[in-house]
Amino acid sequence: MRLKLVPSETNWNFFAVSYLTFGASALAMVVSVVLFFTMGLNFGIDFRGGTTIRTESTQSVDVGAYRDAMAALNLGDVSITEVFDPSFGPEKNVAQLRIQAQDDQESVTPETISAVEAALQAVDPAITFPSVESVGPKVSGELIKTAVLSVVLSILAVLVYIWLRFEWQFSLGAVIALIHDVTLTIGIFAALQIKFDLAIIAALLTIVGYSLNDTVVVFDRVRENLRKYKKMALKELLNLSINETLSRTVMTSFTTLLALIALFVLGGDVIRGFVFAMIWGIIVGTYSSVFVASNILLMLGVKRDWSKDQDGGAGTQFANVDA
Amino acid sequence: MLNIALWKRAAIVLVCLYGLALAMPNAFYSRVEGHNDAVSAIETQGATPALVAQRDAWPGWLPSGLVNLGLDLRGGAHLLAEVQVSDVYADRMDGMWPDVRDALRDVRAQVGTIRRQASAPGELRVRLSRPEGMADALTAVRALARPVVTLTGVGSSDIEVRAEGDTLIVSLSDAEKLATDDRTIQQSLEIVRRRVDEVGTREPTIQRQGSNRILIQVPGIGSAEELKALIGTTARLTFNPVVGRTSNAAENPGPGNVIYPDIAGDGTYYILEKSPVVSGEDLTDSQPAFDQNGRPSVTFRFNPAGARKFGQYTSDNVGSPFAIVLDGEVISAPVIREAILGGSGQITGNFNLDESTQLAILLRAGALPAKMVFLEERTIGPELGQDSIDAGKIASLVAFAAVLFFMWASYGLFGFFANAALIINVGLIFGLLSVIGATLTLPGIAGIVLTIGMAVDANVLIFERIREELKSARGPARAIELGYEKALSAILDANITTFITATILFILGSGPVRGFAVTLALGILTSVFTAIFVTRLMIVMWLERRRPKTITV
Repeated sequence: MRLKLVPSETNWNFFAVSYLTFGASALAMVVSVVLFFTMGLNFGIDFRGGTTIRTESTQSVDVGAYRDAMAALNLGDVSITEVFDPSFGPEKNVAQLRIQAQDDQESVTPETISAVEAALQAVDPAITFPSVESVGPKVSGELIKTAVLSVVLSILAVLVYIWLRFEWQFSLGAVIALIHDVTLTIGIFAALQIKFDLAIIAALLTIVGYSLNDTVVVFDRVRENLRKYKKMALKELLNLSINETLSRTVMTSFTTLLALIALFVLGGDVIRGFVFAMIWGIIVGTYSSVFVASNILLMLGVKRDWSKDQDGGAGTQFANVDA
Repeated sequence: MLNIALWKRAAIVLVCLYGLALAMPNAFYSRVEGHNDAVSAIETQGATPALVAQRDAWPGWLPSGLVNLGLDLRGGAHLLAEVQVSDVYADRMDGMWPDVRDALRDVRAQVGTIRRQASAPGELRVRLSRPEGMADALTAVRALARPVVTLTGVGSSDIEVRAEGDTLIVSLSDAEKLATDDRTIQQSLEIVRRRVDEVGTREPTIQRQGSNRILIQVPGIGSAEELKALIGTTARLTFNPVVGRTSNAAENPGPGNVIYPDIAGDGTYYILEKSPVVSGEDLTDSQPAFDQNGRPSVTFRFNPAGARKFGQYTSDNVGSPFAIVLDGEVISAPVIREAILGGSGQITGNFNLDESTQLAILLRAGALPAKMVFLEERTIGPELGQDSIDAGKIASLVAFAAVLFFMWASYGLFGFFANAALIINVGLIFGLLSVIGATLTLPGIAGIVLTIGMAVDANVLIFERIREELKSARGPARAIELGYEKALSAILDANITTFITATILFILGSGPVRGFAVTLALGILTSVFTAIFVTRLMIVMWLERRRPKTITV
């Protein structure tokens, strides 16, 4: 007896509720954009400049006392969060301090760091500082630039590649699905105010790659079926292609999620935000390759004649869509 | 499709075995690391029984390449420094002044008397008492220009000379500035490298980034502050004749003189002659030591040219004081009791032992050509790194086990083939990482875990396709053949697109993110290889042996 996530033979109509799924996607994107502009992202020091100090102690973390200790130093905006992780145990209490970039200096001075450390040690003698990171405003500005550049570049590269391998309608469908995934991921980071740093950009690009993986597999089947069933209506043909690849789509997403969930639970708090972004991206990416990319393809219509001798009428033929 | 030539089979098996052999040292990380350290220590310092024993703990004929652990896993310090390249322009202009002065004196008849004006750093302003002789002055000074020797600056000269009223202005040309910047960075890199090497840490990364930045990563150092103290100091040592001593910092030192504070900060200032007798560039060696009173001190030794100059000066000036100046502060100003002809000496100041050791290192390594400003610094404690490694290990193992079980439950025997390929796949990733000397970072571990999840994708595509083909009631051999054939385009397209994003991430990313891109990209390569070669070989061999009438995938 084999384990099966989806029945081996499915004939679900994925376009039956397309106005609903499409509407939901569009709404989610709008909400994400609104959240991004109203709540903003909780940028880490990579993008904002400043200093983070990780503290560790056998005593429990007293955020109030830490804050009082910091207030005396006049460092401006200091945020203090306690970090929880199932692997810590009662003897390990971790907190994260973030100090805003100080005016007129690129990276934090040794004097500031030692002042902060001394003030915290006065509160809790057992405290240690496993990591101290400081990024100057000059570098953080550049990091934002390269981060945005890398996301945009990779989407463009994909656009061109799929255009070359398929047709422009496929390419546009895939890219809109990607923008959907990236927007929703940024939206959830704004909504939950999870720290957004360089690693999250890496996660975003992985999501781009992964979501594309799914989309390309479906499109590949669409291309094949377009050659096979020359007269089938596009909607039916897309549905057939999605159904045929559904079992694979779900299997792969499931194994990947399985691995990522293990990392989320056991991988420690340092990369939890990063793994969260990827888990979210894979769920959204799987959804978008089925519901968004194919829907766009259906709307745009595709060239129907994929045989070798083209009749010269290559390009969009809307007349064939409902034939 | 199902007939794989013998040489191909042999090649596939050999690639897998070779990859696994390269990955193996990572399973015995500390032992192999000890071996590698011992080998290099024996090379430089000669063999001791302890080192030989350490070396022999790992057989020399086995592969000994290891995956480097990134700072976030090993702990250490990371600094991004910007070299203030324009500092050097001012020095260059000061250095030009005597030549310009001499050139203008030669045409004194036309230009009259000359006087150097105060100016922005990097510019030399000279006022002429007879502006009508400006044309001659320009020609005379322009004759000092030398062609710039760079690839891009061909045909341009190193200085620009122009006139502004009665003032002649000399500045560096853009081509020369570029060339100077480049030289400054190269020199700074070299000095930083020497200083870090002096401390003897393992595998520091010292790289040039962009036009004027240096990235320094040193694993195992306690904090970025320590590193900063080591490489942030310019360490320009000079020996200057003392003109006088004062407690007024604002006192006018007079022409050709400078006023520097005492390093103790006790309000004592020294008026010194600006041009040094000898400078740190003439030092060949420097060691921490103790003076006759048992106080920490630093000994130094000059090269022959330095020794001659120093010997000449000290024999001419017995009884008068000279100052030892480090980065604009006077360490000490002893009185010359007798001529120092041997070319070596001892500096005693207010140091403790650590400071004297540090100063000796800095003097040995040489002075930085320009100041450095730190744009980014990160310290990661070794415990935090170890925690991350442990968590990553457990998470990877759990992820691995879950995926293996799931594949087996879904595809039975074929799942088993895919699992064998997955294990080989992870081995190959580590093998490749070790060979190219890549650095494994925490996001890199996440990349491997992601690869474990995604690597089965190609096999899933193939197996699902075989299932479909089986429905059309063809024989198992034909179904498998078609499955591989038809899944191939999807596998390639899907992986090429992911590979494109990984490449962009590698090019634009930095540090840990780059580590992630590397493992992701290698994971794609190895997973495509294992899916289309390794599992196929396993399935084909199984088919040939069993010749099943029906198969269930």
